[in-house]
Amino acid sequence: MAEVSRFHVAKAVFVKDLRVEIRSRVLVNQILPFSALVMVLFAFALDATNVLTRVAPGLIWLAVLFSMIVIVQRGFAVESADGALEALQSAGVDALGVYWGKWAALVVQLVVLEVLLVATAVLLYGVDLRAEGVVLLVTTSISATCGLAAVGTIYGGLAAGVSGRETLLPLLVLPVASPVLIGATRAVEAALGTGGTAISEGWPWLGLLSVFAVAFGVGGSFAFGPLIED
Amino acid sequence: MTTITPQSLEVPARRRGTGTRATRIIGLATIVMIGWLAVFGLLISPADRDQGDSVRIMYVHVPSVWLAYLAFIVTAICSAIHLFGRRHSLGVDRVAGASAEVGVVFMAVTLVTGMLWGRITWGVYWQWDARLTTTALLFISYIGYLAVRGLEGTRQQRARRSAVIGLLVVLEIPLVHWSVRLWRSLHQEATVLGTDLDVSLDGLMLFSLFSGVVAFTLLFIWLVLHRSRMLTMIDLAGERALDEALASRISEGGEKRA
Repeated sequence: MAEVSRFHVAKAVFVKDLRVEIRSRVLVNQILPFSALVMVLFAFALDATNVLTRVAPGLIWLAVLFSMIVIVQRGFAVESADGALEALQSAGVDALGVYWGKWAALVVQLVVLEVLLVATAVLLYGVDLRAEGVVLLVTTSISATCGLAAVGTIYGGLAAGVSGRETLLPLLVLPVASPVLIGATRAVEAALGTGGTAISEGWPWLGLLSVFAVAFGVGGSFAFGPLIED
Repeated sequence: MTTITPQSLEVPARRRGTGTRATRIIGLATIVMIGWLAVFGLLISPADRDQGDSVRIMYVHVPSVWLAYLAFIVTAICSAIHLFGRRHSLGVDRVAGASAEVGVVFMAVTLVTGMLWGRITWGVYWQWDARLTTTALLFISYIGYLAVRGLEGTRQQRARRSAVIGLLVVLEIPLVHWSVRLWRSLHQEATVLGTDLDVSLDGLMLFSLFSGVVAFTLLFIWLVLHRSRMLTMIDLAGERALDEALASRISEGGEKRA
């Protein structure tokens, strides 16, 4: 039998994860409503609309981070429930392929989540999307999402199959993800023009986000194998 | 994998602690140096012209941050040796764990003393300065590292997992620092920090600070030696309990057959 290439493993895991999602609809029925709820709760906590418009980019990314924790927990609970990860290892499936497959599936789910959260911010917080900032908004979201998904997949793999992972995951992921929160918030602030920042001020942050995504993409590729190989 | 022979499980009756001749000497030297630091830091060295007596906090603050970073460097090096070394030594892993524990404690000391100093000097406990924020995030990250060490699994699993996390945290440090610096530089015209290292130190102050660094480094070595020996003993005790349980089950089986 011809050996399955790394790319095929990644593609299979990616398609499998999305298929699980389409059939179970956990993202649509539970996680998206949760993130919209978080946005409503922020509005209760901060009260005044002018404050909400000003801090909307930060709230969007905070909601992304919180919801990502839930998505990652769910994504790896599926793997560990029937010992699927172990079965993949005993079958000699390439760990790197699994990592990139899970990563890509997480990216897709996070992008859906971000579109919803930006729409919520427009509707509830009175944020205006300006045409000239759209390119910055989209590139920021993509690079931030790539970095976040890399971090989420590494630590999700670590916590898979270990009791107590529900409480451990946020403690591990949130400090590491803080550069993304800072960078993506500033860049989106510039793209939306909240707080009177010019679009040009957003671009330096994109550098940070890209370096972060590359660093943790490469780091995760090395770390994932040893982490799940038990 | 490190094998533990039945003989090595026998702890000699007179050596039931974690102390050896070397650690006792280091321990004594540490006590002497800390006494020395107290005398120089509190009595002999002068009060600062601007900061007054609050400058004395520095004699604890600076050595403890030095020690915390030293501890995290030791953890990172030991993690790398465990992961990439051919023997995947558990001894190195225990040193990594012991060092991280000591590092977290001293990072906490750094944060508390820094906040006290900040309250006196700046009037507030906390400034969202790059250095402070990075330190706080690093502190949380190493608490996470220790939590990973506490996860269930075999000792080899624990060692491998925590070695990977130990190295990932190192990857995180420059990114966190860079992002926070960029963040602050855009929002704050001039940072208030910088006073603690820009102070022109007079000779006696510098000497007291140096004494602190020496005292705390000795303390670090002493603590890590004891703690990693203790971790070894905890592992051995676990191993022995397993052996005894196995032996009793085997003998039960033998009795039934007979």
